[in-house]
Amino acid sequence: MFSTKHTIIALVADKPGVLNRVASLFRRRSFNIESLAVGHAEQGGISRMTIVVDGTSATVEQLRKQLDKVTEVIRVSDITQENTVDRELALVKIKATSQTRSEIIQIVDIFRANIVDVSPDSLIVEVTGDEEKIESLFNLLRGFGIKEIARTGRLAMTRGM
Amino acid sequence: MKLSGAQIVCESLVREGVQIIFGFPGGAVIPLYDSLPQYPQLRHVLVRHEQGAAHAADGYARATGKVGVCFATSGPGAANLVTGIATAYLDSSPMVAITGQVARAFIGKDAFQEIDITGITHPITKHNYLASSAEELATLIKEAFYLARTGRPGPVLIDIPRDVFIEQAEFHYPDKVNLPGYKPTLHGHPAQIKKAAQLINKASQPVIIAGRGVTISTAYAELKELAEKAQIPVVTTLLGIGSFPESHVLSLGMLGMHGTACANMAVDSADVIISIGMRFDDRATARVDGFAPKARIIHIDIDPAEIGKNVRVDIPIVGDATNVLRALNKLIVSQSHVDWIRQLNEWHREHSTTRVKEGEGLPPQYVIAKIYQVTGGNATIVTGVGQNQMWAAQYFRYNKPDSLISSGGLGTMGFGLPAAIGAKIGCPEGITWCVDGDGGFQMTIQELATAVQERAAVKIAIINNSFLGMVRQWQEFFYQSRYVATFLSGPDFVKIAEAYGLPGLRVKDKSEVVPAIEQAMEHEGPFLIDFVVEPEANVYPMVPPGAALGKFIEEPRKEMVAPTDSFHLGVSNI
Repeated sequence: MFSTKHTIIALVADKPGVLNRVASLFRRRSFNIESLAVGHAEQGGISRMTIVVDGTSATVEQLRKQLDKVTEVIRVSDITQENTVDRELALVKIKATSQTRSEIIQIVDIFRANIVDVSPDSLIVEVTGDEEKIESLFNLLRGFGIKEIARTGRLAMTRGM
Repeated sequence: MKLSGAQIVCESLVREGVQIIFGFPGGAVIPLYDSLPQYPQLRHVLVRHEQGAAHAADGYARATGKVGVCFATSGPGAANLVTGIATAYLDSSPMVAITGQVARAFIGKDAFQEIDITGITHPITKHNYLASSAEELATLIKEAFYLARTGRPGPVLIDIPRDVFIEQAEFHYPDKVNLPGYKPTLHGHPAQIKKAAQLINKASQPVIIAGRGVTISTAYAELKELAEKAQIPVVTTLLGIGSFPESHVLSLGMLGMHGTACANMAVDSADVIISIGMRFDDRATARVDGFAPKARIIHIDIDPAEIGKNVRVDIPIVGDATNVLRALNKLIVSQSHVDWIRQLNEWHREHSTTRVKEGEGLPPQYVIAKIYQVTGGNATIVTGVGQNQMWAAQYFRYNKPDSLISSGGLGTMGFGLPAAIGAKIGCPEGITWCVDGDGGFQMTIQELATAVQERAAVKIAIINNSFLGMVRQWQEFFYQSRYVATFLSGPDFVKIAEAYGLPGLRVKDKSEVVPAIEQAMEHEGPFLIDFVVEPEANVYPMVPPGAALGKFIEEPRKEMVAPTDSFHLGVSNI
């Protein structure tokens, strides 16, 4: 039994306190939530949570069942084994001078990322992709000096159907 | 017609068939209490501490099968309910707790008597609500009762701000609930049931473990049919006691840390275990990785999150015990298991560990055995927690459902008296005995006033050994008899009874036990007996913490004398 990253999708009632209930279950079983993204689902009054946690299949399955017991949780599934599209959005503010700006723009172009803000000594880059792509971009940009990073965490959807 | 929020609460409770409310008023719930006299169908029982209200509602729920209801005010009132709510949660007891909250405009501002009770009770309720308007109260109450009593039952809390009680709204009681995230699975999967039947039909040393789920589902007849048809011996968990008659030839009694030797040996040697409505609590399984090493396990439970939580399960069946057993029984073939039952019978003879020890003074076990004898088993026993609880489980023979009411999961000292009051008020015709220790009894002793004021004729047996006995026993066994903070220089319980206005007796000798119990039974109202028992009597058998179920400590043989008028349990009839 080894630990791996699991992606859990939960459809929950869009009500106050629901996030707290979900999060406290993770806390009680000592799971560290790697990322958690919440937003409206296709149906009104329902939110969709994408939760990434590290754990063995057995412990994550137990957690999934306990999550399913929460009255406001409508459906929970562990989609780790499924064929999915995974995306994350990140904003990164980098130091940029007139000497470095064009080199940064070249890297950003290769990654099909966008520059969404420019100031005399910095840039904000918006990048979308899986975690690996975002990490590789950050690695290339780190040399210029990263001032700030904001990430949404993973969003995931199963393909087809 | 418009009603106030308080009236809506009362109207809704009436629609849910509520008759009894256990509660304690305070600032935030004065408007609610102000409406109560308009609803004479609702009887309010005033407790002396909110913990008592929650335990009494729990005791009422367990004795009647109905949802127990309690009221408390905001802040300290709500906080005092917490232990009682957690007790109900761990034992799947249906309860609706209604708490007052500060007015909406003051929430989150540390107002006087403000506490975030929905936040505090998240992990110990099946669900909870903070009401935001009078308009939604009827829906919340409808949902709360539905959640509390269906599926795996449990406590639900509704926190209502003071101004919501006063606000006016139209009252419509909904016919149905709309809870898309809540759909308990009631019928087991046919393929799983078939697999289970095949396994049971091939078993040579099967054992049934019956838990509280059997009682909640009232699956007694179905359980009996399964056991008798396939001749499968039945052990129960502490809370499963009463789900199968203990005088039945196939009953092996309780398993677990203080279970009968025979029950534990049976589980330890079984090749197939059929677990019904139980959750493999560590007090029942002992060391989990040494639990039932030879057995393939069938687990029937309504709560999917219990499947595989504590022990590996070979055939899980999610569903209501009655439905699953009905379907299963159709596929079971008649069996006799002669060798297996002969073996169990032999073990029982070799390990009759539940004999009452003869010696100086008054053995605590003797008291319980005599309560059984005098009542003819016709009583509901409500216990405290610790040695008294284990002796009550071991030395009374339970043949009826819900005849033992006890805090199993949480192990809440102080549960006994208020739960007994709740049980007695719920079933006024029945006989209710509260068996408690001198330690736990003092945790909710103030409820004697409730029993007297409400004329709840609870008979109280204090098993008084001047110790916190179970902790003392652990100190004796595992801490080289270093008794730290376990000696109690108790109060005079007879005088305390007198001060609260009920008769009390002190019993120190065996010869006085039966007359005292008879006197308590003849008396119309509540009655207290202070049984001064051997201070250092131990509960046997005992599976030491960390050991497997088969590795129990038995009562030292030299101290044992063949029973004369004493009492023993088990499979002697097999």
